[in-house]
Amino acid sequence: MSFTLLALQGFGGVLAVVQRELVEKKRWLSQEEFIEDWSVAQIMPGPNVINLALIVGSRYFGLKGAVVGLAGMMAVPLVLVLTLALIYSQFADHPGVAGALRGMGAVASGLILATGIKLISALKTNVLGWRWCTALGLACLVGIVMIRLPLAYVLFGLGGVAFTMTYRRLKP
Amino acid sequence: MSETLTLNFGAAEWFQFFLHYLSLSLLAIGGAIAMIPDMHRFLVDQNFWLTNAQFNASVAIAQAAPGPNVLFIALMGWNVGMNAGGVLQGLLGITLAITGMLIPSSVLTYNAAQWGHRNRNMRAVRAFKQGMAPIVVGLLIATGLILASASGKSLEYWPVWLLAGVSAVICWRTKLHILWLLGAGALLGWFGWI
Repeated sequence: MSFTLLALQGFGGVLAVVQRELVEKKRWLSQEEFIEDWSVAQIMPGPNVINLALIVGSRYFGLKGAVVGLAGMMAVPLVLVLTLALIYSQFADHPGVAGALRGMGAVASGLILATGIKLISALKTNVLGWRWCTALGLACLVGIVMIRLPLAYVLFGLGGVAFTMTYRRLKP
Repeated sequence: MSETLTLNFGAAEWFQFFLHYLSLSLLAIGGAIAMIPDMHRFLVDQNFWLTNAQFNASVAIAQAAPGPNVLFIALMGWNVGMNAGGVLQGLLGITLAITGMLIPSSVLTYNAAQWGHRNRNMRAVRAFKQGMAPIVVGLLIATGLILASASGKSLEYWPVWLLAGVSAVICWRTKLHILWLLGAGALLGWFGWI
């Protein structure tokens, strides 16, 4: 099953890799579909990248796809992280190791930023219109970064507002 | 990791460990990261199954490594197992931590996804997906910013911000493979430039 391969190579990364593989390379999802699935993955309990693998896997291959997506998501990175942990416990005192971790962390944060920026284009077709989209997005940004509200408050508070507004705009 | 712990783990302790992750699973809305304070309380403060240094290293390594961040849970299981005896217990710890954390939330998500897909033309489902979209985008950008500020907000950390910004632009504008970027970040950090 081609999904195993994808799961093994592409899924082994942060969200940025997932978006690039699923949307830009494999074209299984459009930018809009990706953002929809991601919002479900985000609001459900559990690790969100894993939820995304479950959702996409189950849509295309049913239960089997979901299980394979999950396994692919965990297996290779798990081995990688364990190896890293073993190396780290040997060389924890070397200043280079801490530096390398910091460097990778900085790049990883940049990658997530870029994914967010790329997904902005998916909002063009949103029924809320760009003004409300910007307002809601900014409100979320301010709530999390400046005020440091717990994520659940932001998701359910702003999410509730956004849901009601969208519900009214959509024709029954 | 100067401090070391030696634990005497039987079936009862492992069961308790598993149960804790089962119960956290459904609470972990917005990712397992939100559950870190509670895990710290349970593993370090209450049961003394991990040292503080082991706990922090588990989180840091899984955050920096490519792969889902939730793997820090696996590392904690591994470290608890190593404290309890050795490699075999470590593998048991990984298995219990991951299955405990993933089974409840995965079952729920799987069913919710199926239901949502069957009812995708329903007004409420469409409203939910479209309404959440701008919030999710804001959330992603917020996550990037918070991660970039993890080592400190002050101006002396400007190289971190610069590197984060440059990698964001490269990832946004080019097709360069992401592993190259991560590798470059690791190298820059190794030589102490970041």
